[in-house]
Amino acid sequence: MRALVWHGKEDIRCDTVTDPGIEDPRDAIVKVTSCAICGSDLHLFHNFIPGMLPGDIMGHEMMGEVVDVGHGMDGKLKKGDRIVVPFTIICGQCEQCKRGNFSVCETTNRKRHLADKVFGHSTAGLFGYTHLTGGYPGGQAEYLRVPFADTTHIKIPEGISDEQALFLGDIFPTGWQAAVQCDIEPTDTVAIWGCGPVGQMAIRSALLLGANQVIAIDCVPERLSMAEAGGATTINFESESVVERLNELTDGKGPEKCIDATGMESHVMASQPDTLLDRAKQMLMLESDRPHVLREMIYVCRPGGVISIPGVYSGLSDHVPMGALMNKGLTVRSGQTHVNRWTDDLLRRIEEGQIDPSFVITHTVDLAQGPEMYKVFRDKRDSCVKVVLKP
Amino acid sequence: MYYVANIMRSKGDPKIVRSGPSSIEPADRLARALGWLSIGLGAMEVLAPRRITRALGMRGSEGLVRAYGFRELFSGVMSLSVDKNAGMWSRVAGDGLDAATLLSGFRYDNPKKHNVTLALLMVGGIACLDYKAAQQTAPRSPARGGRRRLYTDRSGFPKGIEAARSSAKALLSRTAVGAS
Ligand SMILES: NC(=O)c1ccc[n+]([C@@H]2O[C@H](COP(=O)([O-])OP(=O)(O)OC[C@H]3O[C@@H](n4cnc5c(N)ncnc54)[C@H](O)[C@@H]3O)[C@@H](O)[C@H]2O)c1
Ligand SMILES: [Zn+2]
Ligand SMILES: [Zn+2]
Repeated sequence: MRALVWHGKEDIRCDTVTDPGIEDPRDAIVKVTSCAICGSDLHLFHNFIPGMLPGDIMGHEMMGEVVDVGHGMDGKLKKGDRIVVPFTIICGQCEQCKRGNFSVCETTNRKRHLADKVFGHSTAGLFGYTHLTGGYPGGQAEYLRVPFADTTHIKIPEGISDEQALFLGDIFPTGWQAAVQCDIEPTDTVAIWGCGPVGQMAIRSALLLGANQVIAIDCVPERLSMAEAGGATTINFESESVVERLNELTDGKGPEKCIDATGMESHVMASQPDTLLDRAKQMLMLESDRPHVLREMIYVCRPGGVISIPGVYSGLSDHVPMGALMNKGLTVRSGQTHVNRWTDDLLRRIEEGQIDPSFVITHTVDLAQGPEMYKVFRDKRDSCVKVVLKP
Repeated sequence: MYYVANIMRSKGDPKIVRSGPSSIEPADRLARALGWLSIGLGAMEVLAPRRITRALGMRGSEGLVRAYGFRELFSGVMSLSVDKNAGMWSRVAGDGLDAATLLSGFRYDNPKKHNVTLALLMVGGIACLDYKAAQQTAPRSPARGGRRRLYTDRSGFPKGIEAARSSAKALLSRTAVGAS
């Protein structure tokens, strides 16, 4: 089959690889009908997250048709079912899964010993996302083996298109969880850093959860225009001071709730000298992340507020102002998304026509164009916001 | 490397049969090669500056050569990183410095004048490559004032934004009533 394969930093190829097969009674094989490139894939493309090996298949946003199942499905999944595959692999039986903390499932990371060493305790297995999270082959491919498939799936009813359903596997619940973690109250201002796909979903989620005001921050005009279309007031950080504007828009008090939908690769620019220093330190391997957004959020957030971090950080961040964080009494909430905790509700909202996540798609291309599209998405060329690949 | 990687992989995981075209372009490869050249040269300048000054008849400049070595190392690291374009431009600037310094050693009383000439020729040649790579790896992000598609019609709410807002308000007031 064809698949997008990681060969090294900035080196992704559309290779021919061997087909996956059933290895365990709880496995299913999915014929992928649509998959997407995520902002997290860019961190891997840049080799900023350790633990990729040449030959790893990329991709953790995918959906398709079940073409084979193991004999341990218990009737929960059968051939012919149409499913979205959540990026977090879940057993459904461990203590964390029972609590709904799916992204920290205790069973599914098959390289637990690595994660135990690096993070102290292992988290869930993820598709196409380094050997720290199990080294499972990803879904930017024609076929995907889904381990623990009896629990790791979201069934999609007829009448909902691939484009509407696909993002249930990652960015939609990610934006949603980011907003839910803010415990939004009707008087709240929610500020969101980053208007990439995750930021766009967070904007819509904050609105659906009843925020009084949503403010979105980025520097890419077309992404800002999309944020505005979704009901946000926008700030372009290249031409305006984020802190000043946020204070202006909140009577000088700062937003109650802040969401970091940017992550470890904050934009590097001379007017934000900390980002230059972070970048230099990253090159010399003295720091793994560029936490400019974290610093800004902690500084501008209203005392007693919440900092919600869906953006991915990989390791060590320097000069995070713990003094301000502690003295202002801020709450920090973060995590890889507990996808299946939210998807029943979100699927219902899509069916009811409350929201249609396909608004974010700007490019749909054949899988073979994947390697090029990584660069188009990374460079925000051709007004790109979200790429869908068709295997 | 693939062999080692495959040992780390589980048995059933797909393995590469045939490789397709890469996202890496020739200019990226050139930048990478020049980056490694920087690292090699830098290491030599830092570790054995005297060999270089002796060959060029420029004794006494060891400190300078060593400093240039650190510069080369940093350019190299930058050229091998995602910001290779900055690395290439730093190499172009470095080539200028190298050439100026070599020119200062190009005196009639320097017995190693022919070595200096050779070195100057080499720097010139490499500078051409650096310049070419710098131009070809320029960031492709769209220009600031460039033509862009705007997405003002993509609210994501099929029933409109106001409907989304009011249904959220209704829900919030319902839960508030439920809670009291
Ligand atoms: N927690 C999860 O489970 C989860 C799931 C999916 C994605 N993510 C992470 O979410 C983040 C965003 O993903 P995405 O797909 O939207 O990626 P993206 O790269 O398309 O979006 C990031 C956006 O942030 C903007 N940005 C950069 N620096 C900024 C700054 N200083 N202030 C404001 N905006 C800035 C960029 O211009 C870009 O538009 C990534 O880190 C990704 O890894 C997390
Ligand atoms: Zn993702
Ligand atoms: Zn579990």
